[in-house]
Amino acid sequence: MPPPNRASIYGGIPERAPGGFDGQLLAFAEELREEGIAVGTSEILDAFEALDHVPWTIQADFKEALAATLAKSPEDRRVFELVFDRFFFRAAEAEAARQRITEGDGAPDSDAEIDLETLRQQIAAALRDGSDAALRDLARLAIAALARGEGSGVLGVDVQRIRRALGLRPEPQPELPEGDPRRDGVPREQLRRFEQHLRRELERDLIERTASLPPKRPLNDLDRALPSGPIQDLAAVHRVVAQLKRRLATQGHELKGRKRHAHVDVRRTMRASLQTGGVPIVLKYRPLRPRRPEIFVLCDVSTSVTSASTFFLSVLHALHDAFRKLRSFVFIERISEVTDVFERERDFRAASEAISRDAGVADISGYTDYGRVWTEFLALIEDELHPRATVIVLGDARTNGRPPRDDVFAAITAKAGRTFWLNPEPRLYWNYGDSVIAAYERHCVAFECWRTDQLEEFVKALTRPEVA
Amino acid sequence: MPVTQPTSVEDVANGLRHVGYLPGESTALVSFLATKLGKPVLVEGPAGVGKTELAKALAKFLQRTLVRLQCYEGLDEAKALYEWNYRKQLLRIQTESEDASWRDVQDDIFGEDFLLPRPLMVAIASSEPVVLLIDEIDKTDQEFEAMLLELLSDFQISIPELGRIEARTQPVVLLTSNNTRELTEALKRRCLYLWLDYPDLEHELNIVRLHSPELDAQVARKLVEIVHQIRELDLKKPPSIAESIDWARALLLLGADEIDRATFTKTMSVIVKHRTDLDTVAARVGVKLDSAADAAA
Repeated sequence: MPPPNRASIYGGIPERAPGGFDGQLLAFAEELREEGIAVGTSEILDAFEALDHVPWTIQADFKEALAATLAKSPEDRRVFELVFDRFFFRAAEAEAARQRITEGDGAPDSDAEIDLETLRQQIAAALRDGSDAALRDLARLAIAALARGEGSGVLGVDVQRIRRALGLRPEPQPELPEGDPRRDGVPREQLRRFEQHLRRELERDLIERTASLPPKRPLNDLDRALPSGPIQDLAAVHRVVAQLKRRLATQGHELKGRKRHAHVDVRRTMRASLQTGGVPIVLKYRPLRPRRPEIFVLCDVSTSVTSASTFFLSVLHALHDAFRKLRSFVFIERISEVTDVFERERDFRAASEAISRDAGVADISGYTDYGRVWTEFLALIEDELHPRATVIVLGDARTNGRPPRDDVFAAITAKAGRTFWLNPEPRLYWNYGDSVIAAYERHCVAFECWRTDQLEEFVKALTRPEVA
Repeated sequence: MPVTQPTSVEDVANGLRHVGYLPGESTALVSFLATKLGKPVLVEGPAGVGKTELAKALAKFLQRTLVRLQCYEGLDEAKALYEWNYRKQLLRIQTESEDASWRDVQDDIFGEDFLLPRPLMVAIASSEPVVLLIDEIDKTDQEFEAMLLELLSDFQISIPELGRIEARTQPVVLLTSNNTRELTEALKRRCLYLWLDYPDLEHELNIVRLHSPELDAQVARKLVEIVHQIRELDLKKPPSIAESIDWARALLLLGADEIDRATFTKTMSVIVKHRTDLDTVAARVGVKLDSAADAAA
């Protein structure tokens, strides 16, 4: 039994939620709400009713029944999965700790009994065949063999250490002998699952040792943030773009319906009134036309914001049908036009490679120089700017101590019809350090744009229909 | 008429399989809940993953009639709920003798004889329980969604001249959406939610083999693998399950016993339906087929 003062250091075991199983479900719903899913009372009632008909001992059915009644969009579903795993893992562990049930020493007692090389082979084979239950057992074995007593205290570090010790890598390893299952590389998806198992088992061990739950971590916004590095998979990017495309393709239509606009077309109304002796009985309205703006995009591609910029550019180019004209520029110290790159290349990764290879925007230091960029841009494009043009700037407005030259920026905004600034930093960090967004914000509309939904809102605002 | 009443999730899964629809994990469960709770199901997912097929299969399995309402922009009550048959009403008034009082005629012409029931009304008023499919709900405007709310939560329709018509039997209601616009919260709240996505490799292989059992097992597997590869690419319209099945049939008709570069190029247009997509697929996937053939040789 752990000494009581030690438990209190780690937070101990929380009190059981009142109301038994029903209470747990309510607590679960509450947790979903905290993560931003709109769960109404009627949905909770539905969930209870659904669970009457589903055996709660089968985990898959139990989970699906809850998901069908509580999470009602693909995004919600993703959050639901994360919260579900976290909540029920914690609930089960807390209960086990309360009743002092331990896993027992299912793993062999002495290290000598585990032959490391056989274990490596077994794990790699299980990864390839993809049996989940076997993976969990092997994860326990691996921990017993490799992490006995010498944890670093940080779960992520331990997980990676074990993975390396097992020699599991996604890339092919031709130096291994023929017939070794690791030779062709372990499927990335499987490897991720194995790491999840490892993390979970390590966490379980920690809970057993300290008899307390680790503090609850809310899902961080990273799970919902724009892809900010090459680690995040490109599939996510494609999903977002595909959805945006579909939404934008249809959004004009719902607004084109009847009675959504109230601008009277005086000329046509007077014309129609001739039939009624000059009395305007029938009002004629102006039709709605989707806005097809001419767009000039300026994107910062210095290392701090490069992914967000490339992502944004590829979104805009994927949507180029919606605009009358689209010209894109990237800048660090000077600017360079990249419109062709995106017209040629539809693949996100290839486009960003092409930009970093060919654009030649970093001159000497590799730090953004906004003042020089404005001057060059104005010189290059001054004659083409007119009141129907839209200028979009994407950047963090960090000048690295160089003069912001907001007077030149003001000249650009005066020539263009609309100017937007997208800042991939959360609003909290604006105007701290060398960020001078306030100087530019006077001349344009600034948005924070670091999550996909914010980006979507912006693109919608950009193409919202106007009255012709 | 004997109406099948499933008693467990297994039941539904087996039943659906029996009528030729292979349900995924959640599909069977949500369908089961729908029959038990009497709640409508909102089915979302990309085009061609079997949303409409699910409704048809459910109808067949539950031995109910399928009533289908195809939604489109500008759909209104007159086409979805009911309409007064005014030609018939006119005829009725004209054949009336001179001395009949206004009151008699008025009572008469707003009776059920003069009502033209549209799909939603048919589903509600049917004496046998039905499966009601409201297809592509995201194509309509929000007003129409609002109109559905009464129907979906209470299974009743209010007609000003007649009063309220309540459902005699509990229909199973499926709404499908391609997720082109956010549906209103109010509508989602009343529904169970089912997200259908492209199936994984094994599942799709089973589906293809179910629909064209004569196709050689090796070819079928290769076909599904290629389709999965194509879905990874950034296409305007990725191939759906329906298209894999079509492709399998096309290969059968051509008597192909192997998918090599030549066969692929010839039949590619069955699964890829955009000019630019065709180029992308030919460049990315076609080349792979070549190198695979070289490796084999």
